[in-house]
Amino acid sequence: MVLNNIEELLEKYENGETSLKEEQELKNYFSQETVAPHLEIYKPMFAYFLVNQQEQFTKDVPLIPIAIETKKVFNYKWISVAAVAVLMLGVYLKSTINNDLGTIQDPELAFNEVSKSLEMISKNFNKGTSTISYLEEYDKGASTLGYLNEIEKGTSIIFKKNQ
Amino acid sequence: MTQKEFLNIVMPFKDKVFRLAKRLLISTEEAEDATQEILLKLWSNKEKIEEYKNVEAFSMTMTKNFCFDKLKSKQSQNLKIVHSNYEDNSTSLQKQVELNDSVNWVSRIIEELPEQQKMVIQLRDIEEYDFDEIAQMLDMNNTAVRVTLSRARKTIREKLTNTHSYGIK
Repeated sequence: MVLNNIEELLEKYENGETSLKEEQELKNYFSQETVAPHLEIYKPMFAYFLVNQQEQFTKDVPLIPIAIETKKVFNYKWISVAAVAVLMLGVYLKSTINNDLGTIQDPELAFNEVSKSLEMISKNFNKGTSTISYLEEYDKGASTLGYLNEIEKGTSIIFKKNQ
Repeated sequence: MTQKEFLNIVMPFKDKVFRLAKRLLISTEEAEDATQEILLKLWSNKEKIEEYKNVEAFSMTMTKNFCFDKLKSKQSQNLKIVHSNYEDNSTSLQKQVELNDSVNWVSRIIEELPEQQKMVIQLRDIEEYDFDEIAQMLDMNNTAVRVTLSRARKTIREKLTNTHSYGIK
């Protein structure tokens, strides 16, 4: 009677029509030591299912690293903010330094300073103009080129004749 | 959500995720990595977890998709031997006898099934989910799940009968 029931269940089982409860019944039956000989082939299948139910995931999952990772992203954001702050500070400091031109308050001292620097300018200026004298040589050379005009006159006459 | 609350949600089904991953990826190490990855994904989306109606079903679907991606990338890299616990048929007879033979056959037969059937067998016969849940996880309808399941069970039985009576591999 029990065997009949099991056979019926097996057929239903193969058609995918058994409920979870009925499947549990089958599993219980096949986990017994002795099973009807013609049903022996089902035994390893159900045994396999039962064994596999026991398998567990034993590896640890490191949940904390993720928290650190999000923290890192957080840091990057603030690094850019800090960079902008440093940049603006730099610009500010530079502009304040440029405002201080080193003005001299005492008029006599200022006069001396100005004449000194003007003297330096004129000295250097004279040095520059002295080198320009070489240009005269160039002029001489250029004046000899005037003879070329004579040649051109000659050729122009020849061309007119040809035409 | 604190770590403890998260673990309370995840603990009950982490083994199921692992077993499904192992069913699809075959190698234990790969399955462990996959499970870890999935749990970390859940953890990084922990704010959204409360919105999900069924975190367990959602995780199983995630596992399925993740493993499929994994298998696909493996295929495109042309690595055919995915599993590291790959068995050599020429191991000593002694060892072969020692292995619990027929139970091993079942695992090999299931390994050969198409992916869809593997998953349905895993979810139904090992994890004991009901059909509606399986349908939701695998994005199939109820009847399709039943048909797939029935096909898988019949194939397993046929192959077992063969090996049992003739010793055919």
